Amino acid sequence: MGSITLKQVTKSFGDVNVIKPLDLEIRDGEFIVFVGPSGCGKSTLLRMIAGLEDTTSGTIEIDNQDATDMPPAQRGLAMVFQSYALYPHMSVRNNIAFPLKQAKVDPAIIEQKIEKAAKMLNLTAYLDRKPGQLSGGQRQRVAIGRAIVRQPSAFLFDEPLSNLDASLRVNMRLEISELHKSLDTTMIYVTHDQVEAMTMADRIAVFNGGIIEQVGTPLELYQKPVNQFVAGFIGSPKMNFIAVEPTSDDATCTLGIRPEHFKITEESGRWSGQVGVIEHLGSETFLHVNVDGAGTITVKADGDCKLAYGDKIHLTAPDEKIMHFDKDGVTIPSLSWGEGCTYSAA
Amino acid sequence: MAIKDTKKSKLIYTLAAWSVSGMIFFPILWTIITSFKTESEAISASPSLFMFDWTLENYAEVLSRSPYFDHFMNSVVISLGASLLGLLIAIPAAWSMAFVQTKRTKNLLMWMLSTKMLPPVGVLIPIYLLFRDFGLLDTRIGLVIVMTLINLPIMVWMLYTYFREIPNEILEAARMDGAGIKQEIFQVLLPIALPGIASTLLLNVILAWNEAFWTLILTAANAAPLTAFIASYSSPEGLFYAKLSAASVMAVVPILILGWFSQKQLVRGLSFGAVK
Repeated sequence: MGSITLKQVTKSFGDVNVIKPLDLEIRDGEFIVFVGPSGCGKSTLLRMIAGLEDTTSGTIEIDNQDATDMPPAQRGLAMVFQSYALYPHMSVRNNIAFPLKQAKVDPAIIEQKIEKAAKMLNLTAYLDRKPGQLSGGQRQRVAIGRAIVRQPSAFLFDEPLSNLDASLRVNMRLEISELHKSLDTTMIYVTHDQVEAMTMADRIAVFNGGIIEQVGTPLELYQKPVNQFVAGFIGSPKMNFIAVEPTSDDATCTLGIRPEHFKITEESGRWSGQVGVIEHLGSETFLHVNVDGAGTITVKADGDCKLAYGDKIHLTAPDEKIMHFDKDGVTIPSLSWGEGCTYSAA
Repeated sequence: MAIKDTKKSKLIYTLAAWSVSGMIFFPILWTIITSFKTESEAISASPSLFMFDWTLENYAEVLSRSPYFDHFMNSVVISLGASLLGLLIAIPAAWSMAFVQTKRTKNLLMWMLSTKMLPPVGVLIPIYLLFRDFGLLDTRIGLVIVMTLINLPIMVWMLYTYFREIPNEILEAARMDGAGIKQEIFQVLLPIALPGIASTLLLNVILAWNEAFWTLILTAANAAPLTAFIASYSSPEGLFYAKLSAASVMAVVPILILGWFSQKQLVRGLSFGAVK
């Protein structure tokens, strides 16, 4: 079991409300990712769930039991920290054994569990080394091993891959996803990297300024963002926003078009502009196009795109792929092109 | 040119360093040399640095005249006792200040340190009266208490600085792993902070060993440490320089040896936290 329910949870530091009243239901066995920009409250909420931060008001239920005032150790959760937080004076073996020793588990069982976790995480050869003698990836595996042996009802990951280099991050991302599949335990994963969020999550909660803007599957957030913030945060490169003249107070103020939804034409299109910087990634190309009246727009093209700096091009996007946002940034669903707004440069 | 300049400046720096070291060490060297002179050579108007009749009679007389080992044991008990008792109080204090900070933690630390700026003579009368009323005058336990109180601010400050260097996440990980406060401190914090704790202990042993103001005032015979033993050679009958020097050498040699062997630890300890 590993369901976690947050009911009207808040957190304040003095007069500053870091987490505003918030409800969230995390299902048993689910991999949920908290994503958002720095300072949005995602790590604070994770620490509140862990019991490392007090909850100002509201309740946190773990497996339908009120855990709001429980000390961290009694919540049955395990946490993996960004800085690994290994005990530097202990060997890998003792690091992994530490939570079991605290729980006064039989030494023979501790040994069995260590061997099993080490085998699972490819750490068997390093069991007698100190953390200082390991690479970043190995240290992170030790931290995960220390979490696994406790057989917690949920794992909490606080930006665990931030300190790793790019290639190692991709590997560890896969390893954590595989671990989730094999353990089938609830995982809450905090990151500011939306690629990590999209690739790993069953569901994503997008945080902004202490509130959850939207919770949903990666594709839901990508295809049906509830507002301009979520639309801009999910997707890489980020969505292009083009300001338009609304025809009424609740009409479209901004259009949102993802770089991959543009079609480049040489003859005519809704927008015309001049190609600026070109980024060739091999499999795809990102063009930064200076569009008259709309600023710089990012366009995704094929890997073998032959356009050059300064070329004049025209851009079009299918109506159903263009998103509309009102003056508050809230998504206006199912509008067709030109409905509720005028685009002066079109 | 650049290499020449570097060599020249290196030579100047080396000479300057040796000169300063020589100036600092000279009084100690002079004391050591005087301890091997006769009393008449020690007060001679034209003292010789090495060309004199070397003698051990001062040491023999000092050892026969005063119970050196009693004073030595008093020094050991007082300095070690005060340092260990101080650690016992300073570790939890520094832990709470480093890891459970409040708005007033910094003020409290500054206030603790400011007590070190108070001249000891300012609290002489109340402490003397308290010691008299509680029967602590000329007792080892009394000296241990006063030395602990004197050095506690420095101990808390030093430990606080070490503890601040330890990432909070490690202690949080221990909490998540089921450790209580006792396990968190004894199994995680203390082993990690061991170098810092060792240098705090060493420095405080040295400070307590060398402390003379309170030891001279609060002791007479039974609990008198080596500082009182040295002072006893400045008597109403006059100063006996050679014997005073012999007594001084015997008093400082144990702590010099300790300092020599632990200098690496002390330097590391004192500069801990200065550069990240």
